[in-house]
Amino acid sequence: MSKPDQPATRDDASDRAKPRGASAGGAQPAVTRSGNAAGSRWPRLFAHSARQLGTFGGLIGLGLVLWILTPHFLTVSNLLNIAQQTSINAIIAVGLTFVIINGGIDLSVGSIVAFSGVVMASLLERAVPVPIAVLAGLGAGSLCGLINGVLISFGRLPPFIATLGMMSVARGGALLYSDGRPISGFGEGFRWLATGEVAWIPVPILLMIAVYVVAHFVLRRTPFGRYVFAIGGNEEAALLSGVPVRRYKTLVYGASGLLSGLAAVVLTARLNSAQPIAGISYELDAIAATVIGGTSLMGGQGSVVGTLIGALIMGVLRNGLNLLGVSSFVQQLVIGAVIILAVLMDMTFKRPKR
Amino acid sequence: MNAPSPVLSLRGIRKAFPGVIALDGVDLDLQAGEVHVLLGENGAGKSTLMKIISGAVARDSGDIVIEGVPVELTGPRHAQELGIGIIYQEFNLVPHLTAAENILLGREPKLFPGVIDQRRLVREAQQQLDDLGVALAATERVSRLSVAQQQMVEVAKALSLNARVLIMDEPTSALTTQEITELFDAIRRLKKRGVAIVYISHRMEELFAIGDRVTVLRDGRHVGTRAIGETTMTELVRLMVGRDLTEHFPKRQAAIGEEILRVEALRRNGILHDVSLSLRRGEVVGLAGLMGSGRTELARAIFGADRIDGGQIFVHGKPCAVRSPRDAIALGIGFLTEDRKQQGLVLVLSVQENICLPSVSRLARAGCTQPARETEMTAQRIAELRIKTPGPHQRVMNLSGGNQQKVVLAKWLCTEADILIFDEPTRGIDVGSKVEIYQLINQLAARGAAILMISSELPEIVGLSDRILVMNGGRIAGEFTAAEATQEKLLAAALGKN
Repeated sequence: MSKPDQPATRDDASDRAKPRGASAGGAQPAVTRSGNAAGSRWPRLFAHSARQLGTFGGLIGLGLVLWILTPHFLTVSNLLNIAQQTSINAIIAVGLTFVIINGGIDLSVGSIVAFSGVVMASLLERAVPVPIAVLAGLGAGSLCGLINGVLISFGRLPPFIATLGMMSVARGGALLYSDGRPISGFGEGFRWLATGEVAWIPVPILLMIAVYVVAHFVLRRTPFGRYVFAIGGNEEAALLSGVPVRRYKTLVYGASGLLSGLAAVVLTARLNSAQPIAGISYELDAIAATVIGGTSLMGGQGSVVGTLIGALIMGVLRNGLNLLGVSSFVQQLVIGAVIILAVLMDMTFKRPKR
Repeated sequence: MNAPSPVLSLRGIRKAFPGVIALDGVDLDLQAGEVHVLLGENGAGKSTLMKIISGAVARDSGDIVIEGVPVELTGPRHAQELGIGIIYQEFNLVPHLTAAENILLGREPKLFPGVIDQRRLVREAQQQLDDLGVALAATERVSRLSVAQQQMVEVAKALSLNARVLIMDEPTSALTTQEITELFDAIRRLKKRGVAIVYISHRMEELFAIGDRVTVLRDGRHVGTRAIGETTMTELVRLMVGRDLTEHFPKRQAAIGEEILRVEALRRNGILHDVSLSLRRGEVVGLAGLMGSGRTELARAIFGADRIDGGQIFVHGKPCAVRSPRDAIALGIGFLTEDRKQQGLVLVLSVQENICLPSVSRLARAGCTQPARETEMTAQRIAELRIKTPGPHQRVMNLSGGNQQKVVLAKWLCTEADILIFDEPTRGIDVGSKVEIYQLINQLAARGAAILMISSELPEIVGLSDRILVMNGGRIAGEFTAAEATQEKLLAAALGKN
């Protein structure tokens, strides 16, 4: 039982005491005296993004500290560097944000990166045109994701189990397909996807921005996005409201696989090599970015904007600790602590007062 | 009352939430061995008051006095130690543990430190259950118990904590008539033991059956306390609502037109047996029956939520395959579920998102949702149904029960469904909202919709329906016209006595 006697609805009786009149047309103001704030548009926008403002504040604060501590932090080249390094995690995290809002989890993203990478690289090695190889990589990722989706929505497997299985299957597939060896050395055309620039902005950053713009639009302005929230919030109610739950659940995991495939493209181009052991623990980074960004693991709530900020916080933190010469062991520890702290603060904000 | 010093008394309890005063100087005295009914519409402050007594919410001001001693409750645990137990509508039981393990959870008798004395555990728990007069083995797993039995486990748990005050929030909302009788027997035994019971219910007839005194709250204020023998239902309703509700079941003037839904020999193995029915334009058909008689299952089968094993559904005379709720909605069928929180609403989403959920893809243009149209549609329904919400973007979980139910209704109004199945549309909502929902059902019928209304409240079925079907054991066991139906006849048919 959450809060049946909510303050917001308290003047029921006084309102009802008024004469009824023609009930359908009698458009009484539905806003109650307590609702003056939350009802209008601005506070809503504020309430909606209050959590994001907090996270964004954290990012800015982190930047300020690093700016004071090291002169190398706030330079154009370093910032572009951070954005570029963040791009892979940020792209994967979009898929995870969809999956988590939808009430699931995807542990297989890192393995799918490796699998998509070797599939694409093997085609490039055989001189298949770059666009076709890239499409094949994206297709391999989507296929893995769709299999996840079918297992979860039609096979009724818990997402944790299905994607845990896929995590191993895709990794094994990558190792088998490549015989355990990295595939390296690609043409300039392909490598441009990581090294190229458009208007002085590196291509991976542009890809990342494009992904976020599209994802934000899909989530906020399409029926698909609305259904992702509704299914994550209450699957049964969504089903009984006519939402084709299984179709959309499948698509969500497909999207996550597709975005892992895209991350594989960027990673392979940057390293000039596709490795079957690439992407290990990427799922954890992506989940971390999503959670720091305020998406609820319970489903039904979250945003990709938050996730972008979350991914950037992780990127800035890594970069800053590197600049400060902090050992990678300590870095692990600090990042873990930040994840815990972010969620702890979130919970404290949301917890109702006694 | 005979006992002069109350077990628990509240003086001038005040509690404000941001922007609103939930309780404004409420007094309440509880005597040992009385059933004190707390009445009030949704939002009147009953729940807040109960949460304050049980230590879940801190008061702003006022005194809580337990047996003459002012206390400062620090939390639910503290209240328990002081002998205050509460049984919420949603139980706090661990399903996979046994009744005994639940009853003594956290207070298991020990053989020696760290090792539970299993025999004593069962014996002590069984004692509690026997004292309540419940025929139930303490070794049974809670997940295998009926709702009524689980409730008794909750009561036994509270009593094992030596509760002197027991708060019961809507204890009968999910019980059958028989189970309610048993619950009342148990309550009477508790009274003999001197336990003071605070009883919250929206069912007026119950309070006359079980209550000793009644306190009415309205808008966070105490508007009166009466001995049950000295009051009437009319007076209590007036106190609650602040006016007289003259037309409890408003009559409608609707012309009944052509048949729009026909179900023939619908079958679900083991659950529904050759059920046939028809609904006509402008008609309200009541569907009565006991719990487990197959009413909800029938509704779900018609709506495509459950697979059927045989039979045919005709909409507007055409045979239709309804394989999913999506198909049903496309055919103009709407289904207001019995359990609005589990099945009707996405609580974490806003009023607008919930209202528009079934219509989102229909409204979409070029693959994009249309926020402006959704806002317009929502605003219209909020006004039409008088949904009390700070705004369309308020989360549904923050609304009162009656208003949540109106949101579910609004959802189906927006799909322009003309076949509406209402499963217990007034369960757990207050008298004022009930009448509003009755009026709405009438308006819908007058506009030409056909309505199938499932309800366990016979007065509601009799008062509202043009025709009444009664189910028993997955079959239609009787059909009555409004004129010939009485509560007695319906009940007899529901019990299978024809």
